[in-house]
Amino acid sequence: MKSRVPSLILSRLLIALVTLTIVSFAVFFATTLLPGDTATILLGQAATPEAIAGLRTAMHLDEPALLRFVYWIAGLFQGDLGTSYANHVPVATLISGRLANTLKLAGLTTLVSVPLALTLGITAAMWRRTLYDRIVTVATIGIISVPEFVVATLAVLVFAVYLKWLPALSFTYQVDSFAGLLRAYAMPVVTLTFVVSAQMIRMSRAAVIETLNTPYVEMALLKGASRPRLVLRHALPNALSPIANAVALSLSYLLGGVIIVETIFNYPGIAKLMVDAVSTRDLPLIQSCAMIFCFGYLLLITAADIVAILSNPRLR
Amino acid sequence: MTKTPETWTRADDSMVESAIRRGANRRDLLKMLLAGGVSLAAADLVLGRASMALAATPVKGGALKAAGWSASTADTLDPAKASLSTDYVRCCAFYNRLTTLDQSGIPQMELAESVESGDAKTWTVKLRKGVTFHDGKSLTADDVVYSLKRHLDPAVGSKVAKIAAQMTEFKAVDKNTVEITLASPNADLPTILATHHFMIVADGTTDFSKGNGTGAFTCKSFEPGVRSVGLRNPNYWKGGPNVDSFEFFAISDDNARVNALLSGDIHLAASINPRSTRLVDGQKGFALSKTTSGNYTDLNIRLDMEPGSRKDFVDGMKYIVNREQIVKSALRGYGEVGNDQPVSPVNPYHNAALKPKAYDPEKAKALFKKAGVLGQSIPVITSDAASSAIDMAMVIQASAAEIGMKLDVQRVPSDGYWSNYWLKAPVHFGNINPRPTPDILFSLLYASEAPWNESKYKSDKFDKMMIEARGMLDQAKRKEIYNAMQVMIAEEAGTIIPAYISNVDAISDKLKGLDPSPLGGMMGYAFAEYVWLAT
Repeated sequence: MKSRVPSLILSRLLIALVTLTIVSFAVFFATTLLPGDTATILLGQAATPEAIAGLRTAMHLDEPALLRFVYWIAGLFQGDLGTSYANHVPVATLISGRLANTLKLAGLTTLVSVPLALTLGITAAMWRRTLYDRIVTVATIGIISVPEFVVATLAVLVFAVYLKWLPALSFTYQVDSFAGLLRAYAMPVVTLTFVVSAQMIRMSRAAVIETLNTPYVEMALLKGASRPRLVLRHALPNALSPIANAVALSLSYLLGGVIIVETIFNYPGIAKLMVDAVSTRDLPLIQSCAMIFCFGYLLLITAADIVAILSNPRLR
Repeated sequence: MTKTPETWTRADDSMVESAIRRGANRRDLLKMLLAGGVSLAAADLVLGRASMALAATPVKGGALKAAGWSASTADTLDPAKASLSTDYVRCCAFYNRLTTLDQSGIPQMELAESVESGDAKTWTVKLRKGVTFHDGKSLTADDVVYSLKRHLDPAVGSKVAKIAAQMTEFKAVDKNTVEITLASPNADLPTILATHHFMIVADGTTDFSKGNGTGAFTCKSFEPGVRSVGLRNPNYWKGGPNVDSFEFFAISDDNARVNALLSGDIHLAASINPRSTRLVDGQKGFALSKTTSGNYTDLNIRLDMEPGSRKDFVDGMKYIVNREQIVKSALRGYGEVGNDQPVSPVNPYHNAALKPKAYDPEKAKALFKKAGVLGQSIPVITSDAASSAIDMAMVIQASAAEIGMKLDVQRVPSDGYWSNYWLKAPVHFGNINPRPTPDILFSLLYASEAPWNESKYKSDKFDKMMIEARGMLDQAKRKEIYNAMQVMIAEEAGTIIPAYISNVDAISDKLKGLDPSPLGGMMGYAFAEYVWLAT
C-alpha cells in the first residue's frame, strides 16, 4: 500500500493545475463582460470617440481580447506576467511589493490566530459542557456574527482616535523596532484574527469531540489513559484532517479576501490591487492577481489534503 | 477665543475667513454675522479669530502628511495624463506651470515672465530665467515646446488633447522665448495654460516616474496606488517650500480618512463627505476648509426628446427645484445656490445679476398643466456617480409630489454611468468638474456641436457670441457678452444647476496657510508648497 501516497499527491497537484487553467478562462470571460475597456476608463468622462481610438491604438487594445489573452498565457509560461495596461509598469513589479505586504500581514495573522484557535478549540472539546466551553462557544459565535468592518472601525475609533495608543494607518507608520511592529500591526492582525479564528475554533472543537465519542477512545479511557493523553495522543491524530481543512480554508481568506481590512487601515495589499485592476479593466493585472489568489488557495487546500493523507494510516 | 456662540461650527469659521479673503471689510462682516443672529460681542471674537488665522507667519520644517481620496494603479506623474485629484497634487508638488490662477481666478505668472499677444492669435511667452529642473538642467524654451506639443500626440492620451488642439504652432524663438500660434484667436490662453495638465516637463522626457520638474519638491519615491514622498527642493526658484518633506497617499474610505486625521496620523484629509463633517466639527484641534470652485451636479433634460421637447415642462422643472433645500439637506450646507448656468461665483465672469429661479410650486404646476404632463410618471435617472445626485433627486421628487407631479426616480449603478446614461437618458443627472474659463465651459457643454451638450441645446446666436468673445482682449466687453450668454443658458437650456458644490477638506489646526483656490480643493491641489506646520 506504500505506493499510494505519491500517486495521491500527484493527482492532487494535477487537479490543482487544471483548476488554475479553468479559473484563468473564467476570469478572462468575466472581464470581457465588464462594460468599457482601459482606454474608456482612463479617459473617464473625457472619452471622446477620437481620444478613445487614439489611446486604444497606442496601447494595442485594438487587437481582439482573446488574442491578447493567448499572448498573456504564452508569456506566463515563460514567467512573464505581462505589462499593466493602466500605467505600463510590469505586472511583476506592481505585484511584488503588494504581495510582500499581504504575505507579511497574513503571516503575522497566522502566527497569532492558528495557535490561539487550536488551543481554544481543543481545550473547549476537552472540557466540553463546562462553563469554559460555554464561554468559548458563545464568544466564537458572537465573533462570527460581527462583520469585520465593525470590528475594524470600532478598533480604530477606540485605540487610534480616542486613546491615541495606536496609529490609524498601519502602513505609513515607520516600523523600526519590534515594539513598532506591534504598534503598526496590532489592529489589523487582531481584526483578522477575529475573522479567521472563529471558524477554526468551532471546527477543531467539533472534530475533537467527534473522535472523543468513538469506541477506541472509550477503550483508551478504560485502559486508564490520562485526559490530556487521551486527547492529544489518541483523539487528535484522527481529528487532524478536518482541522487542517478548516485551517486551510480560513487562511486562504487572508490572501485575497481582506479588502475591507486593507481599506480601513489603508494597507496596500494585493486585494486592493485586484480591485483597482478590475476598475481600470487592466486584464494582465486582473489575471495575475486572480492566479495568485487561486494558486494560494490551491496550495493551502492541497497542503491540507496532504496532511489528511499522511495522517491517515489507511492511506499511508 | 472660546466664547463663540454655542451653535457656531468650524464651517462658519471658514465661511468668515473666506469672506475676508474675498475682500469683505469689518463692517460687512459684522453685518453678515448680526444678520445671522450672532451677538455683537461674539461677532468680535469670531472676527478676531478669523483674521488671526490668516495673519500668522510661516514656520520652516516638519514632515507634512496628507491623504487624498482616490488612488489606483493608474496614478501617474505625467501631467498630460493626470486625471485624479491625487495626480494633480503630485504634479503641483513636482512641476510648475507657465501661469497659475490666484484666488479671484485671475491668471498670474509662474514659469513665464509674461504671456502676451496683440491679436489673441499669436502669443509670445517670455520665460523666467534661472529656473532649473531637479536634475540640474536649466529651463529653456525647448522644454516648454516639448511639454505643450505632447498633448497633440494621440499616443500620449492627454486629458486636454481637445483644448490643446487649438495650438497649432510652437516655436522656440530664443532660449527664453516661445511663440504659440492658435488656430483662431483665444484671449483665454493665459488661463488655459494654468490648468494642471499644462505643467512643464523637461524636453524629451518619456519616463515620468521620477517626477523631474521645476517644482517645490523633488520626488523621493512614487508608487502608483500607494504613496509618494517628496523632499524640499533646495534650489527651488521661488525659495520655498516651508515643510521639509511631503508625503501624499489616498485613503479611499471616507471614515478611515477622517479617523486618520483625528488620530493625528495625517495633517489633511481631503474632500470629506458632508456627512462626515460632523465628526470633525465638534473636535478640538481640527478645522474644516471649504472651497467653492465650480463643481456642480446638474439635472439634465434633453430638449430633443419627450418630455423635454415641451418647453413648459423644462420651465416647470426649473421652478420645482427647491435650491435652498438642496443646499441645506442634500449638501448639508456645503454649497452655494446656483442660477442654472455653469460659470461659478468664484469665476471673474460670473453673472451675479442673474438671480436663481425661486421655488414656486404653483407656477410649476401651471406650467406642467400647460405642457400636459401633470399626472404622467416621468423617469429621472440618478446615480452615485454624480455626487449628491441621489439626495438631490429625492428633494426634487418630494417637491414634485406635493403638486401631483410624479417623478419616477431610478437609481442606477455608478459603474458605467457615464457611458450608458449620461447624455443619453431623457432626464438624468450629470456632474461637471470646475473648468477655468467660461469659454471652455461653453464650448464643452453648450455650443451646438459641443461633445457634452447635456440637454442638446442648440442656438446659432449663442455659438456666434462664443466665437466673438473668445478672441476679444477687451475684458469689459467680454464680460458683457458672457453675462448675456449665461442668461441664455439659464433661460433656454435644459440643464438645471441647483447648486455649486463646495469641497470640504478637514485639516489639523497644526496646518497653517491653507487658502481656498478657484482651481479646486487643497488650494487648487497646490497646498504642499505654501502651507507650514505650527510647532
